[in-house]
Amino acid sequence: MGSIIQNAANNIGANGVFSSSALNNASLSGITALPSGVGGKLKLISTQTASGSASIEFTSGIDSTYDVYQFNFINIHPSIDNVDLTINFSTDGGSNYNVTKTSTFFWSYHDEADTTAQLGYASSNDLAQGTGNQPISSNPGFDNDQATSGYLHLFNPSSTTYVKHFISTSNSTEPADYSVNSFSAGYGNTTSAINAVRFSFESGNIDAGTIKMYGISA
Amino acid sequence: MGTRIQNLANNFTTAGIVKAAAINNASVSGITSIPAGVGGALTLLSTQTASASASIDFTSGIDSTYDSYVFKFINMHPELDGGYFYVNFSTDGGSNYNVTKTTTTFKARHSEDDVTDVLQYVSGGDLTQETGNQPIALDGVGNASDESVSGYLHLFNPSSSTYVKHFIINSNADIGNANCVTSFVAGYCNTTSPINAVRFIQQSGNLDDGIIKMYGVS
Repeated sequence: MGSIIQNAANNIGANGVFSSSALNNASLSGITALPSGVGGKLKLISTQTASGSASIEFTSGIDSTYDVYQFNFINIHPSIDNVDLTINFSTDGGSNYNVTKTSTFFWSYHDEADTTAQLGYASSNDLAQGTGNQPISSNPGFDNDQATSGYLHLFNPSSTTYVKHFISTSNSTEPADYSVNSFSAGYGNTTSAINAVRFSFESGNIDAGTIKMYGISA
Repeated sequence: MGTRIQNLANNFTTAGIVKAAAINNASVSGITSIPAGVGGALTLLSTQTASASASIDFTSGIDSTYDSYVFKFINMHPELDGGYFYVNFSTDGGSNYNVTKTTTTFKARHSEDDVTDVLQYVSGGDLTQETGNQPIALDGVGNASDESVSGYLHLFNPSSSTYVKHFIINSNADIGNANCVTSFVAGYCNTTSPINAVRFIQQSGNLDDGIIKMYGVS
């Protein structure tokens, strides 16, 4: 006991303050959260991995904690060839994905045979006050090495004042060996809070891939 | 000894809790790691500063630790006027930068005198199953003292041995004839071998200045 007191005293300055050597946990393994404003601004909230999944849904964690949410989708691989990856939003926690949306969609594409290289608007992929799914990534193929990757930003989903803007950028390998860079943006035309987001292909399953949801703090 | 004990006691609350003032390192500079899930999801892995550099190569830290990587290039300033700023990838740790790529490229350009504004596909910037360098800025970057290019590159799942490797680049440059050029580049490295090194290089001459930071996204 006496030696412990002596050793402890050696780790305390004359002012009674612990020296850094008195702290034995350089990895902070007991810490589970940091105060707001400490650490990075990009906070991983949730990770979901597809495996023959009809959809991937984020039904929790989308609230007023963050004013911007980012979704990174990585190597999303379809079960069916040549189908768009889409998103939709919910204002009732995921019971219904049918938020009214108006959007734009344009793409840049170029094939491995160099027969086509083009930038254009894709009117078939936009919505005009539609409630259906919004394409965010054009037609990835289902060959073993084909997939789509990209990211989506959703702005202030918990606002009860403004419509809900979103912006997505992705790149796909199409079945005919095209590289397709897709740009989708628009707004959920509702002043209700959006509290769930669903990713799905226009048909078939998501056979593989990872989607991560981040909150971006101010 | 008695004084220290008294001062130490002053650093505890009546409930026996150590006060923040009792710890002498508010910046926690001795901490070398924090548990997964704590802190930000964007981890700075490496920073390189150009100084008459033939290229800037990232040859370590690109592995399966993260499923996507972000490179931020800031004020890349060329030695020679009008050369393109490029990227290339390696599967052998940087011995060779020659991965086969198919890409798309388009740009928006606006002149300082407001005479020109245009959005166009840049067929001279894309690659068709080619192993050469990929232009990041779709016009040559000026070398006047205030001219440079800045932007970011997002590389998805470089360590995959299943999928091709998608990447998305967005940059802005001021080019020699007083034009602002915003470039959009995306595509895939058409290989199922892991990408483990990335090179940034000017078309000719050196990179005289600029910073490139590599982040892992958890």
